Amino acid sequence: MRAPAPAYTANDGVIDAAAVALGGSLLSSLDAVGEVALTVDRDSLVATMIALRDTPGLEYQQLMEIAGVDYPERADRFEVVYCLLSLTRNHRIRVHVQTDEEKPVPSVTGIWPVAGWLEREVYDMYGVLFSGNPDLRRILTDYGFRGHPQRKDFPLSGFVELRYSEEAKRVVYEPVKLAQDFRTFDFESPWEGAQYTLPGDEKASLPEAKGAPTPLKADEIVKADAAKSEAKGPAGDPKTTDTPAQTGAGKAGPDEGPKPADPDVNPTPGKGQNQ
Amino acid sequence: MSDHLEAVLGERDAADPTVGDVEIQNYTINFGPQHPAAHGVLRLVMELDGEIVERVDPHVGLLHRGTEKLIEYKTYMQALPYFDRLDYCSPMCMEHTYVLAVEKLLDLEVPLRAQYLRVFFAELTRIMNHMLNLGSHVMDVGAMTPNLWLFELREDTMGFYERASGARMHAAYFRPGGVHQDVPLKLLADIGDWLDTRLPRLFDDAISLVADNRIFKQRNVDIGVVSRDDAIKWGFSGPMIRGSGLAWDLRKSQPYDAYARVNFDVPVGTRGDCYDRFMVRVEEVKQSARIMKQCLNDMPDGPISSLDRKVVPPKRGEMKRSMEALIHHFKLYTEGFHVPAGDVYVATESPKGEFGVYLVADGSNKPYRCKIRPTAFSHLQAMDFMLKGHMLADATAVLGAMDIVFGECDR
Repeated sequence: MRAPAPAYTANDGVIDAAAVALGGSLLSSLDAVGEVALTVDRDSLVATMIALRDTPGLEYQQLMEIAGVDYPERADRFEVVYCLLSLTRNHRIRVHVQTDEEKPVPSVTGIWPVAGWLEREVYDMYGVLFSGNPDLRRILTDYGFRGHPQRKDFPLSGFVELRYSEEAKRVVYEPVKLAQDFRTFDFESPWEGAQYTLPGDEKASLPEAKGAPTPLKADEIVKADAAKSEAKGPAGDPKTTDTPAQTGAGKAGPDEGPKPADPDVNPTPGKGQNQ
Repeated sequence: MSDHLEAVLGERDAADPTVGDVEIQNYTINFGPQHPAAHGVLRLVMELDGEIVERVDPHVGLLHRGTEKLIEYKTYMQALPYFDRLDYCSPMCMEHTYVLAVEKLLDLEVPLRAQYLRVFFAELTRIMNHMLNLGSHVMDVGAMTPNLWLFELREDTMGFYERASGARMHAAYFRPGGVHQDVPLKLLADIGDWLDTRLPRLFDDAISLVADNRIFKQRNVDIGVVSRDDAIKWGFSGPMIRGSGLAWDLRKSQPYDAYARVNFDVPVGTRGDCYDRFMVRVEEVKQSARIMKQCLNDMPDGPISSLDRKVVPPKRGEMKRSMEALIHHFKLYTEGFHVPAGDVYVATESPKGEFGVYLVADGSNKPYRCKIRPTAFSHLQAMDFMLKGHMLADATAVLGAMDIVFGECDR
């Protein structure tokens, strides 16, 4: 790793040791970007955590953080991430658990009392339920708040705003009124895999409109009067200029005859626009 | 006569509780949300038995601003200034964690001078933070003068901040790949002078007023004792875990940037009370000064940020002269750089403890999820058992020794 990030003990052998200690409750493991992440079974989470804490060679004594992540496209849309730290082995590990709005995650407050507030925050922000947490109240949002603001489908501007009302002599809640629409600018380059259609690009999939440029290549184009010109047959002698007489000097040119009427020229005489 | 006595003893009268059995009810009070010793907007619902605290229920979130949600709508560089506003008493240490997390995902090499500069300013930030915390702690337990003297020093550090970054508090100085701009030589010389003369004199003067003071010790010794086991179970970090006797310092055990190249000691407490936590911070200030002096001696010349033009935008002067630099400048300040998909949890030793960032990248130019691990969450949660059985007046001492800032706690 070239980046000057915090350097702890190498990850060698951690996944193997965890696989032995956890057995079937370890669903998958990943060693990426210098960090070990274990995805474990939700129902046996408490036993998993105790094994991770007490097995010699793992010894993750401290729970530092519980983070929720929302992946709306998954069946179990929420991921709860436990960041563990071993003080004796000087190592960090992440434990991932997947759940949705209804299936509760077993609380780890019995192992680490610090989980109380951390689980409350995940509940507050995502609506993930923790079975066994004795005090699963909201924590960061307002008293009486509704909704779970960190979900990807919760709008950034929220739903209510509050102000002090001079008439009511108290703080009143009102639906959000933005003086200007919330604007989000997308600067992602359309050549590098932007997932949306640029304005105008939607026409590409529609059937060709009348008068639109043809999708044919130049050598595939057949002119409408091709049959007529073919009927004239090949030209007689090839055009050559071997002698001065053949250059056409002194002959009447095509300019000599009456000109064909140009539809763009206004035939009105002597009346220019400046007169 | 005896009939009458029995009648009186058996009587329970709410209007006159002195008659018969006395009804004692626990008393519940609100400490805050507006309280000078709450260091911000903290509401503590306290259940008191007389003057003894029975139960504490901290209500946090009154300063919740949705930082994590906002960051999901910003590019990686636009998200950086939000970190200054988390713990506004130690802004650059907050940035430090974030830039390290982004660099880890990018696997970006950082030049040595930039690493030294970041360590140098992170330690200046530690001094800045501790000046505020130590000062307000002694003021919470009754002393006035040290706070004023320590604010003098804090003002100096903010002056240095301004000379390095242009802002007194919200510096936005650390950037993914290094720092924003180089520091003038005169600034380094001035900080060196300050470390040699002004800081030790003023700081030692201020601490000498309280460190051996009988009243200060009465207010802090054996108050809010936390055992080593409790400190581990409750996820303590920083001066809180060191005060309980565990020599755990992320700068030492998991060195980042140039911390592996400097020498310093990790002070630990012996009893785990408020006085130990105070004295750990006092010693940390001295160790920070020691680290800063080593940085001044060892800092090499060279680039102050990565030369990878796909991450670090060129300087304005270069942008005016080179077409390629102009393109990079434009692209990086509009679209920003893309971070490869992956997730990392990076934690550093902020002045208050372990400050972590769990960053999930999906390969685009914006973080998919940026979870911030505040130091205050685990410490404030422990208020309940730390205060149980203590007097009401000890709440301020415990709170002061915890060093809590609500910008970071509530996010």
